[in-house]
Amino acid sequence: MDVRSQIAMLFHLDKCIGCHTCSIACKNIWTDREGTEYMWWNNVETKPGTGFPTQWEDQSKYKGGWESDGKTLKIKSTGKGRIVPNIFHNPNLPSLDDYYEPWTYKYSDLFTAPEGDDQPTAIPVSKITGEPIEVKAGPNWDDDLGGSKIYAANDPNAKKLSPEQQMQMTAIERLVFFYLPRICNHCLNPTCVAACPSGALYKRGEDGIVLLNQERCRGWRACVSACPYKKTYFNWVTGKSEKCILCFPRLESGQAPACFHSCVGRIRYLGNVLYDADKLTEIANRPDSELVEAQREMILDPHDPAVIAAARKNGIHEAVIESAQRSPVYKFVKVWKIALPPHVEFRTFPMLFYVPPLLPVMSTQVDGRLDNVNDGLFAEIDQARAPMAYLANLFSAGNEGKLRYALRKQMAVRIARRQATVGDISMETADRALAEADCTREEADEIYRLTALASEDERFVIPPFQREMAIEMVEDPQEWKQSAGFGFRASPQEKRL
Amino acid sequence: MSNGKNPFIEDRIDPAARQWEEFYRNRWQHDRVVRSTHGVNCTGSCSWQIHVKDGIVTWEMQGLDYPKLEPGIPPYEPRGCQRGISYSWYLYSPLRVKHPYVRGALLDLWKEARAQHDDPVEAWRSLVEDPQKRARWQRARGKGGLRRATWETALDLVAASAVHTIRKHGPDRIAGFSPIPAMSMLSYAAGARMLQLMGGVSLSFYDWYCDLPTASPETWGEQTDVNESADWFKAKFLAVMGANLNMTRTPDVHFAAEARTNGSKMVVFSPDFSQVSKFADEWIAVNAGQDGAWWMAVNHVLLREFHFERRTKAFLDYARVYTDSPYLVELVEGKEGVRPGRMLTANRLARYADEELGEWKFVQWDRKSGAPRMPQGSVGHRWGKQQGKWNLLARDGKDGAEIDAALDLIESHDGIAMVQFDDFGASRTLERGVPYKVIETVGGAKVKVATVYDLLMAQYGVPRGLPGAYPANYDDADAPYTPAWSEKYTGIDRKTLLRFAREWGVTAEKTGGKCTVIIGAGINHWYHANLMYRAAIHALLFCGCVGVNGGGLAHYVGQEKLAPMEPWSAIAFGKDWIPPSRLQNTTSWHYVHSDQWRYEKSFREYYAVPPSSEGGKFVTGHSIDQNIRAVRNGWLPFYPQFLANPIEVVKEAEAAGAKDEAGVVTHAVAKLKSRELKFAIEDPDAPEAWPRLWFIWRGNALMSSAKGHEYFLKHYLGTHHNDVAEDLAGDVVKDVKWREKGAEGKVDLVVDLNFRMDTSALYSDVILPAATWYEKADLNSTDMHSFIHPLSAAVPPCWESKSDWDIFKAVAKRFSELAAKHFPLPVKDLVAVPLAHDSAAEVSQREPKDWISGECEAVPGKTMPTLKLVERDYKNLYQRFISLGPKVRENGLGAHGTAYKCEDFYDEMVEHGPVTRFDGKAYPSLTDATHAADAVLNLATVTNGELAYRSYQAMEAKVGLPLADLAASNRGSRITYKDLQSQPRRLLNSPMWSGLTDNGRPYAPFTYNRERMVPWRTLTGRQHLYLDHVAYLEVGEHLPTYKQKPLPAQYADLKFSKEEGKSLTLNYLTPHGKWHIHSTYGETERMTTLSRGCEPLWMSEGDAERIGIVDNDWVEVHNDHGVVVTRAVVSARIPSGICIQYHSPERTAGVPRSPLRKNRRAGGHNSLTRTRLKPNLLIGGYGQFTYHFNYWGPIGCNRDTHVLVRKLPELRW
Repeated sequence: MDVRSQIAMLFHLDKCIGCHTCSIACKNIWTDREGTEYMWWNNVETKPGTGFPTQWEDQSKYKGGWESDGKTLKIKSTGKGRIVPNIFHNPNLPSLDDYYEPWTYKYSDLFTAPEGDDQPTAIPVSKITGEPIEVKAGPNWDDDLGGSKIYAANDPNAKKLSPEQQMQMTAIERLVFFYLPRICNHCLNPTCVAACPSGALYKRGEDGIVLLNQERCRGWRACVSACPYKKTYFNWVTGKSEKCILCFPRLESGQAPACFHSCVGRIRYLGNVLYDADKLTEIANRPDSELVEAQREMILDPHDPAVIAAARKNGIHEAVIESAQRSPVYKFVKVWKIALPPHVEFRTFPMLFYVPPLLPVMSTQVDGRLDNVNDGLFAEIDQARAPMAYLANLFSAGNEGKLRYALRKQMAVRIARRQATVGDISMETADRALAEADCTREEADEIYRLTALASEDERFVIPPFQREMAIEMVEDPQEWKQSAGFGFRASPQEKRL
Repeated sequence: MSNGKNPFIEDRIDPAARQWEEFYRNRWQHDRVVRSTHGVNCTGSCSWQIHVKDGIVTWEMQGLDYPKLEPGIPPYEPRGCQRGISYSWYLYSPLRVKHPYVRGALLDLWKEARAQHDDPVEAWRSLVEDPQKRARWQRARGKGGLRRATWETALDLVAASAVHTIRKHGPDRIAGFSPIPAMSMLSYAAGARMLQLMGGVSLSFYDWYCDLPTASPETWGEQTDVNESADWFKAKFLAVMGANLNMTRTPDVHFAAEARTNGSKMVVFSPDFSQVSKFADEWIAVNAGQDGAWWMAVNHVLLREFHFERRTKAFLDYARVYTDSPYLVELVEGKEGVRPGRMLTANRLARYADEELGEWKFVQWDRKSGAPRMPQGSVGHRWGKQQGKWNLLARDGKDGAEIDAALDLIESHDGIAMVQFDDFGASRTLERGVPYKVIETVGGAKVKVATVYDLLMAQYGVPRGLPGAYPANYDDADAPYTPAWSEKYTGIDRKTLLRFAREWGVTAEKTGGKCTVIIGAGINHWYHANLMYRAAIHALLFCGCVGVNGGGLAHYVGQEKLAPMEPWSAIAFGKDWIPPSRLQNTTSWHYVHSDQWRYEKSFREYYAVPPSSEGGKFVTGHSIDQNIRAVRNGWLPFYPQFLANPIEVVKEAEAAGAKDEAGVVTHAVAKLKSRELKFAIEDPDAPEAWPRLWFIWRGNALMSSAKGHEYFLKHYLGTHHNDVAEDLAGDVVKDVKWREKGAEGKVDLVVDLNFRMDTSALYSDVILPAATWYEKADLNSTDMHSFIHPLSAAVPPCWESKSDWDIFKAVAKRFSELAAKHFPLPVKDLVAVPLAHDSAAEVSQREPKDWISGECEAVPGKTMPTLKLVERDYKNLYQRFISLGPKVRENGLGAHGTAYKCEDFYDEMVEHGPVTRFDGKAYPSLTDATHAADAVLNLATVTNGELAYRSYQAMEAKVGLPLADLAASNRGSRITYKDLQSQPRRLLNSPMWSGLTDNGRPYAPFTYNRERMVPWRTLTGRQHLYLDHVAYLEVGEHLPTYKQKPLPAQYADLKFSKEEGKSLTLNYLTPHGKWHIHSTYGETERMTTLSRGCEPLWMSEGDAERIGIVDNDWVEVHNDHGVVVTRAVVSARIPSGICIQYHSPERTAGVPRSPLRKNRRAGGHNSLTRTRLKPNLLIGGYGQFTYHFNYWGPIGCNRDTHVLVRKLPELRW
């Protein structure tokens, strides 16, 4: 057992508003510079939709992630373990068209326009060329089903459905959308790290955060191709790639990452988990349908004395073990099993999990009128307005059972709470719903509390970083204290393309 | 160390190899964090931490340190949305107004004039009285050519214009528009205070924005009072209609999601699959604007099953105690049949003939005595000399005997009358049997009376074995308000409705009323919004859901809560010096002054009324004539008041021998009666009636707030415009003076305070650079939560900007300097104000009689506006501005009918400073905004527990029940501005507000009334289901009803517009959007990038295909009022027949030209709107139908608008 600690994340999609406050919190702090305009380390997508960059989920196009023959893993983009032999040949990169050309407006014209015969207006101009631009794409272009015929209809997850199911997804009886916020998954088995020819990408030993060294990066962009989630981006000013850093400077000072802190839907949870790195390769070679369970298997019980002993042996700080024991992510993923990784079939083992959303009940047409189909207070989950197969393609590599389990348990919690707070559902009905969902009353109560009532310190259980111990490896912390901040900051040299 | 067995993945620990990580650590480091918030009209009131690095604001993050409410409620953190978190972009952006600007054409003329006139006032006179010069800068408005100016020049110009306007035309020609004070209350107060000390006019916003739910004053006598969002968590049934919570209540919506986890059911009504629909258990795709039909049928089911068949005791008891259901209504025999009439008043009965204000007390049928009885708590008990009986106890107001009120008379009646009920959907009248009692009145006449409850049962069509046109069953599609009937309007099957109604009723029954309707602009912006609201309110009242935590009507649009109202309103409206203020209902003001009245015929073109009312005074003629009557009779304000300078009116009266206020008033009334003096509204196109100087701050009065924007450009500004409508009113109007041509360019000078170059700034003459929300001190509160927040200066005002407080202070100072010459002595001003809600004027006009036609005497404050003589000391205006005046000490404070003394706190402020001294006296200082903040916090009941205690004590005397215990535990609490900067503070219990919040209890409205038996501020003191004003009887809205939407042909949107190419007529909806708060944020880089780079037009796939439009095509959207050019978003989530352009785009960013309108620059969404008045909302002087600023009056509805849409043939910038 090779026990390591990893910061893990959870997004509760049943609560997501799709507001993008997270995206802007991130952008304000990290990617507001020239060269980073188009980078959205955190973005939010409408599903069904094509996402950002467009159709990123379609690996027949982008060749991201790993592929397995049942025994060994290969990086899909190169077919090799590393990209070195192919650094000059990188055909699967998204182009500017797959992202968008950043733009602004000539706002200053409003102040400087001479008196004319009509009102001045600030016209859109490219942030790259400064020239007038026709705005045709953006990082959230298909928001809320905008252009549904072009975008929602081409959602890669929907492509695998039957034509009838696809059609129904935008008919009034079945019409639905929900939101998918995305950041770097800080995967356990990240293709980006494996693909980097320069060794610039690494997982931090203490927390598993995947970082891209701005000194070592040579701008090969192998990581951009290799990441199936398209969460590394090339900075066209510095000539280096950049990616989500999970706000490690904030984490190191005991604060949640900016996108977590700012999540006004209160959908985000963060905490470390302990996992067994020894299992990684074996598990990564299992068939698609087993991957959700396999990944759970890799995550260890932080209360298990054997795990604790192995963790200690690996040098994991006592406080980090304790933190793992309080991790809300551990509960959602491993104990309650209601959170699922996105596209686990990419085999990178994302450390970001999603609680899938309950969606409104479908309806039927009766002589041109609409009638909702449920007959109870709450609808059966299979009567919801999204084909189970669609959600399963997104969250469980097509394994509908895993998906149904997660949804059924969420619904059972609601039924149990309804019974307790209103009483128009009988105790027997509630008990039956719980039993069918493999859920006890105590568990339902815990799920309810963590989902509905959790305050910031319960949503984010941040392990202590013991920075003094890390600094000590380089310099006496006392001297560090006395001299911190003195000196000259240097940013990476500009290498404009 | 390698990861697992994957040799290519490295886990790196060595800190030496990771020193580069400081690259990102350095970025995160910052120098200072300051708490502020956003003074934007979203009512979010979020606590923000503003991060400063190197003296520059770099980013903002939400504060997480809200005190927690009671256990078991999710916490408020974090609050703050995508818009708020992008605000820092504005500070240093190229849109920032960094210096004062003046329109070049005006600046040149001004410099010339100043060269000739040493006195700025004379210089201004020389320009503004020269028609060519005046037209020169008016024509240039909005056309570029702005020029940077010094503060000195700008202040000279503005102050000179104010002095000249007062001297030449009168102070009531100076108007100011600034919305929603709660969002930055001191910034609002600054301008309002300056204006009111001058005698100028403050324009309302809530009614104009169409956010005032008039059903709220109709039902509760209350502007709006709603649950804080944490209370949604207590609701077990959430019906969301016309409110897109994700969009508009972004920081609150988690409470709804979390309530769902806690077993609450959530149903969303929306024609489109709106963003909040995602959270719903059920999305009910009701046809646009047909929610009223839905609720009418729900009420039919609730009454039938829960009231009649099952006699649910809790529901019936609630109806008896807390609603007007048991009150008696006279049945009136007319030519065509029997109709419900007025409520029976106590003075009609021998037993109560001598009762004080007996015509303002109402009667129930007492089962105990078998006779009619007058319970306590009516408006007559509130305003009589005898106090202590204004409460909800079931006791006879005469002798205190207990009353056992009958809800219905079905088992003990004197007969069944066939009463007329209106079916507007089918344009017919139905007769239904209603049980009645016969009562002998004073003088021996016998009258038939029915209970409100029985009339409701009949109106909703609940068959109780009574004769007449009752529906046979739920499937009777022909009879109004059955589930089957509703289908043809809503498009929703009756089975869904039945299930909904039953789940609703059962939930309320099991939980004691925990059903909440969350409602907003999607309903309230329709012409018949009040009817739709009333229908939903009834579903709450029938199930005992109002005044309960987790229950009630939660109206969220434009609603605000200026929590520390009492001292704030004294400061804002200068009442600490001069009590009467000029407060204008803006809907009327714009309808009249921007000449929108000229473009329509009679309101009867689109307004259905019962045939029996034909010829009635409220159902005849033109809206402007209705409004003129409302002004004459004191129902609504209108400024300017007269076609004469009110200062001159006083001078003339004094010249004629008037010695005092009474003399001046008598003189003025005589002149009004003789028609020598006329109201300005009677001739709005006369130059004597024009508003002359207009201040705009904290708002976008010329664009996002300008319904009929193009008419504003034409009639106010005198510049280019894109409307093609023609005059229609000439043949219809009677009382208004018809001039062949509407006046253009009425306003001399438009002054805008702004931090950004928005449309209003672009079209103004003078733009003053305002500090942003991160650069000034202010206060902010909301009804979405129960905390109060500061705005703080994270950095000083950037470039040459100043806070609003300091700008108005500077204008006041320059004004006073100029006034020293032009008004060396104080002047007297005659102020006309309408009859006021929460005053004895509520009991002034039982019958709406017109003095002008001799139906009654002209009595100020009774049958016509109140007239007050005041003295204005213009040369000391600045000194007064910066001092908290003595009237606060003398008169105490109050609001919403409360009152308390505070001289000890006032004296303490004088003693311990800071103070302003002038004329030998010391006053608490208001020099700095921080002084004003502390003055407000020190003197308000919600932030000073001792004053709350006193205010409850005063209320105890009125009500006759113990109340002061509600503040007992808070008596020692006081809060300062600095406290707020350190942590959000929760508001204290106060009798000014109707929710109780002790011990972390979430605020739910009317819990104070329900639990402590304090009446609502209505006629009966109960919640009103029945509205018996003559106007309501005439228009057929005495009972809740269903009226159809006005059709485009009748509504005059498309009379003069030409269809060119493939076009479609669509209903144009402008709900609140995702990427802006009104127009703020919408043009920023962040929001345009995350959306479509413009505010697009959302269309259905079918409609788009019909006219050859594909996603992202440019479209031209037009009607008689103007034109919009934008891009189309084609989406499956939009139904056919409607299009959506989210409120509200600017014309300043990315707007092309319109080929259909001579290739002029296209406009914004308000280029397509025009306002209309609903006549029954103009009444006054009658209980809850009595004017108060932002409380009552016509609303600026815009939802019924229709447009033509076509593909833009050619893109031209």
